[in-house]
Amino acid sequence: MPVLEELKAQIARRLPELDMVIGWGHGYDCLHRTPVFIENAADIEKLVFDPLCVHNLSTYLTRYGSGKKIGVVVKGCDSRSVVELLQEKLINRDNIVVFGLPCEGVADLGKVKRALQEQNLDMGRVKSATVEGGKLILAVSGKEVALALNDVLADKCGRCRYHNAVIHDEFAGTPVEGQAQDAYEDLAAFENQTLEERMEFWRGQMERCVRCYACRNACPMCVCRDHCIAQSRDPNWVSQGDGLEEKFFFQMIHAMHLAGRCTECGECERACPVDIPLLLLKRKLGKEIQELFDYRAGTEPEVKPPLLAFKVEEDNINERGW
Amino acid sequence: MMAAKFLPADKLNEWIAELAESRRVLVPVTEQNAVVFRPYAKDTEPVFGRQANVPPKASIFPASERLMAFTYVKNPEDLGQVAVEVQETIEPEPTVVFGARPCDARGFTVFDRVYDGKKVQDPYYKARRESTLFVTMACDDPENACFCHWVGSSPSDPEGSDVLLTPLEGGFLVEDVSKRGKELLSSKLLSDGSKKVKEARAAHAAALAALGEAWSPAEAPAKLIEKFDDMGFWEQVSAKCISCGACTYLCPTCYCFNVTDERKGMRGERIRTWDNCMSFQFTLEASGHNPRPTKAHRLKNRVGHKFSYYPDIHGGAIACCGCGRCIKFCPASVDIREIVRLSVERPVSKPEKQ
Ligand code: SF4
Ligand code: SF4
Ligand code: SF4
Ligand code: SF4
Ligand code: SF4
Repeated sequence: MPVLEELKAQIARRLPELDMVIGWGHGYDCLHRTPVFIENAADIEKLVFDPLCVHNLSTYLTRYGSGKKIGVVVKGCDSRSVVELLQEKLINRDNIVVFGLPCEGVADLGKVKRALQEQNLDMGRVKSATVEGGKLILAVSGKEVALALNDVLADKCGRCRYHNAVIHDEFAGTPVEGQAQDAYEDLAAFENQTLEERMEFWRGQMERCVRCYACRNACPMCVCRDHCIAQSRDPNWVSQGDGLEEKFFFQMIHAMHLAGRCTECGECERACPVDIPLLLLKRKLGKEIQELFDYRAGTEPEVKPPLLAFKVEEDNINERGW
Repeated sequence: MMAAKFLPADKLNEWIAELAESRRVLVPVTEQNAVVFRPYAKDTEPVFGRQANVPPKASIFPASERLMAFTYVKNPEDLGQVAVEVQETIEPEPTVVFGARPCDARGFTVFDRVYDGKKVQDPYYKARRESTLFVTMACDDPENACFCHWVGSSPSDPEGSDVLLTPLEGGFLVEDVSKRGKELLSSKLLSDGSKKVKEARAAHAAALAALGEAWSPAEAPAKLIEKFDDMGFWEQVSAKCISCGACTYLCPTCYCFNVTDERKGMRGERIRTWDNCMSFQFTLEASGHNPRPTKAHRLKNRVGHKFSYYPDIHGGAIACCGCGRCIKFCPASVDIREIVRLSVERPVSKPEKQ
């Protein structure tokens, strides 16, 4: 049975015990999928699963009051957020049913956009999109364009070590074999720059920030939400001004609050309407956490996240040697 | 009488450079995958073939604007006595916004009714509005999220612009829309374009046709009011919203603001910044009470404001120019068109019997 059909059958079976199941459906055009909230059997037909299902739906899990029983459909990387949320006791395992999927990668619409722009075409004008034989075939402005899926997959998929949901109550389809290595090689070029060069880079990027906080709200691990210090006036940490200092300061706060919790799902970067490469900051911290604590967020349900725990002496921090 | 001029394609940048000699010229440029407006400088390469991610809203209504600077001065005779010195800071800069879309320019007509109305005029807004001209580029190929034709506009709508450019084979038809726009057409780079007018009108018609049939939101004001207390409806249509506010920050017609005093020591400034009805703090009262406690209440406000409350007090004008940015850049693909349509088409849900 194809994955989607199997998933639908599983949801149909579990739905009676749930208030809703969150999955992906068709969005406003052929390239966009959108979260759908399945409450009855008829809604199940809205479900879609393909490489355009980019959203990490686990971000909705903390948006419903306790007591609701919610099903969530997750790819491998998304499932790590569920694990991390459980580890931090932000959700209750008894109230969640995880529909896990195998995943070979999702498209980065930013890359699709750039690939089309190189041919002087615009992503906003794509009239049809099909995935076939490793290609994303698009009809746009009277032309047919075939993009190799590999060229437009999200970077995270190229280094994916968790193609299959790491936690699940139901699993549809056959697990994807193999895993890539992720030694944070993409950071090398950035780390080779001087501090001034790095700051200069961020100045250039943050200038376009419209301070909308889509990066924050899309993040499944950002749970302060309405009470985020970025907007609080008491205490007044960040001014309402829109200078580079405020914008960058907020990103640093976000990154630090996510250190050791960020599962590098990339939703912050995907949500940013002006394409600021936010994942770079998060990856840098992820790498530090990996080196210091041998820990990758959201991969081991039984383990306590290192920054939520206290150890008199950390194995990799040689305090006495200083 | 409107003048029709022609500008050869290879003279476009030259004309922009000429305009930039005496004023700030904002043009769309690409940074990463995003198109944003930036002041034109010698090596700037403007891009006109696509809609900018961020509209040129900040040209007249900055994301953060200093309204005044203030200083506290202690009385040396009596240190408990403190006076405040205030300096008003209206600093309009002569500007041309070059290459925005008709929707972007029309967006300011929504602002005008509020900030430059009969009863109230905002001096900051007025000063910037008067010092800013719009040389707009008619759209030749609308995008999937576009719906300007729903809200009484079109891909060649001149409303809100001073000059309208229409891309043609080999160049642009350049037409003045306002008196101030006419003054920009004196450049020697422009030649007579009267023979190209027909071609431009055909291009306008083709672009409009490419949008497909328009849906009329005429009933929306009444229907949205009818659904005001139908929270079931609002919860359903807002389920996927993550309350981020990208939709309002990128909207050419969203004009709500916040005013705060940002003080360091004895000095400070009072600033006005873009606010966002999708955030909790927008209606948070000093008592702690919030009349719009959930994202459903807030999305209701955004849609209601644009398609109901605003038209009700402004002679039917819709506070949305149909640019589609709130759809295109919403991380969850919330579609305002769908919500307005559903509000009209769906009956009000009956409250369940207790
Ligand atoms: S990172 Fe892995 S699980 Fe996530 S979308 Fe890419 S391939 Fe799928
Ligand atoms: S910070 Fe970004 S990458 Fe990390 S969990 Fe949040 S959204 Fe995902
Ligand atoms: S999503 Fe992008 S534009 Fe919005 S606040 Fe975050 S970095 Fe800034
Ligand atoms: S951009 Fe989308 S998700 Fe964000 S507040 Fe607006 S409607 Fe909600
Ligand atoms: S509401 Fe959406 S479509 Fe309308 S003007 Fe604002 S951003 Fe554009």
